Amino acid sequence: MKLITAIIKPIRVETVSKELEKAGFTGLSVSEMQGRGAQAGRMEYYRGQAFAVEFRTKMCIELLVAEKDVDKAIDVIVANARTGDAGAIGDGKVWVTPVERVVRVRTGEEGEAAI
Amino acid sequence: MEPADIAWILTAIALVLLMFPGLAMLYGGMLNGRNVLNMVLMVMSSLAVTAVVYVIIGHGLVLGDSVGGAGIIGNPFEYSFFTSFMEDDGSGGPLWGAFYILFAGISVALVASGAAGRMKFGSWLVFVALWVVLVYGPLGHWVFAFSNEETGVVGGWMRNQLKLHDFAGGTAIHLNAGAAGLALAMVLGRRNAPAGRPHNLPLMLVGVALIATGWIGFNGGTAGGANFLAQYVVLTSILSLAGGILGFIAIERIRDGHATMLGAGTGAIAGLVGITPVADAVGPVGALFVGFLASAAAAWAITWKRRHKIDDALDVFAIHGIAGITGSLFAVFLANAAAPAGFSGILRGGEMDLLWREGLALIVTMVYSFAMTYAIAWTMNKIVPIRVSVEEEELGLDRALHVETAYEGRTF
Ligand SMILES: Nc1ncnc2c1ncn2[C@@H]1O[C@H](COP(=O)(O)OP(=O)(O)OP(=O)(O)O)[C@@H](O)[C@H]1O
Ligand SMILES: [Mg+2]
Repeated sequence: MKLITAIIKPIRVETVSKELEKAGFTGLSVSEMQGRGAQAGRMEYYRGQAFAVEFRTKMCIELLVAEKDVDKAIDVIVANARTGDAGAIGDGKVWVTPVERVVRVRTGEEGEAAI
Repeated sequence: MEPADIAWILTAIALVLLMFPGLAMLYGGMLNGRNVLNMVLMVMSSLAVTAVVYVIIGHGLVLGDSVGGAGIIGNPFEYSFFTSFMEDDGSGGPLWGAFYILFAGISVALVASGAAGRMKFGSWLVFVALWVVLVYGPLGHWVFAFSNEETGVVGGWMRNQLKLHDFAGGTAIHLNAGAAGLALAMVLGRRNAPAGRPHNLPLMLVGVALIATGWIGFNGGTAGGANFLAQYVVLTSILSLAGGILGFIAIERIRDGHATMLGAGTGAIAGLVGITPVADAVGPVGALFVGFLASAAAAWAITWKRRHKIDDALDVFAIHGIAGITGSLFAVFLANAAAPAGFSGILRGGEMDLLWREGLALIVTMVYSFAMTYAIAWTMNKIVPIRVSVEEEELGLDRALHVETAYEGRTF
């Protein structure tokens, strides 16, 4: 089992979530995430005073998947999180981490059956 | 008083009362999310403490018969405990008592901006009481107390000897608060952490809206009744507010490249400050210019002050001091004799006298307010430090001093 973490632009979250559902991935978690990527923060001006805005707000999607589904899920995420034809700076990042154990609380099922 | 006049002043009082929550939201929204509630408390407690002081001696200090006929300070005991307001003598005593409490309260509430995010709350309450007695009392007397030859009552020297023209408190309220905020900020020293961006601009905008609404009562009520002057100053106030929005965003566009909502809101306030002393002395087009220039001057002063590293956190000196001075000077040079005040500015054939009369009043107000406020805060600080600890400042005053937080689960 793997945990896919995808940090994407907030405007793409609904599309990505819908497309994941269509592809058979039902469960997922979403949270707001502050962070920075490769580019420097931007400047904002308040009463003429410049403030560097270090972090941008993105959305973080986390989903547990079976080993064999990892590539499919990542393809769906990447295809739908991209903005514009060729993608744009700040479109986000996706990574995969191994997961040791998953338990469904209601039934006590474990492993892939619990996903 | 005529019933119509009473009705209008009662309404104006309700409007002016809105300036307190308005100022609390404007200042609270501009700070970071850890010091909002403390700022709201400072603003609202200004009114509370002022009312107590006012009932005991405040109203007498401002409007009482001048002690020794000198025009320096009113008789503090003339209105003590407001006992003379319990019977109707037809003069509207309770009405003006209520109106003037709000004037004094809003002045000291503005000063809170200089203390943003770093003053002990108990020290603030003591400061408010001392400031109302020692700073606002004399200044209010100099400007708001008119002499009455029939009754022999003697008023303040600025208004009666110097013949200062100040419609609704450009000196005693706005320039005074601006200079005092600066002095308090200097005694307290700068905040430890960088200020950070305003945490809630829509809240700030609601604050501006309430303050602007209140200002209609503030200037309109100063007209003294339901009369032509009230109509006129409400019109010029709105025109100046509009000019103020444009003045600030014009400077922003040139300097920073963008017009901002915070700028527009700030400009609206600066425009209102600018017109306050001269609402009855300029023409309608002049009022637009007063707003535009007062607000542009404030926008410029904000950056000037930052370069000098004074942590007047919410720019009270620029917005209430510089904008007020600009409005007053506009009338010195360009007052329109056709307006209700009926005098001409120097460039329109008016007397040169105006310049030194207004100039002296502005300088004395600024110097007295700054020096006395500095002295109060400095002395208090020698007795018991008035600044919070480094740890409290870091935690944020909402949690550290009041053990409550504005936003669940957020640290900002
Ligand atoms: N190395 C990283 N570690 C953890 N989180 C990261 C990392 N890089 C990016 N993120 C998170 O992903 C979000 C989006 O990053 P972003 O898309 O800007 O990445 P990037 O590497 O700058 O790519 P691009 O050049 O396309 O902008 C960031 O705001 C941050 O929350
Ligand atoms: Mg990036």
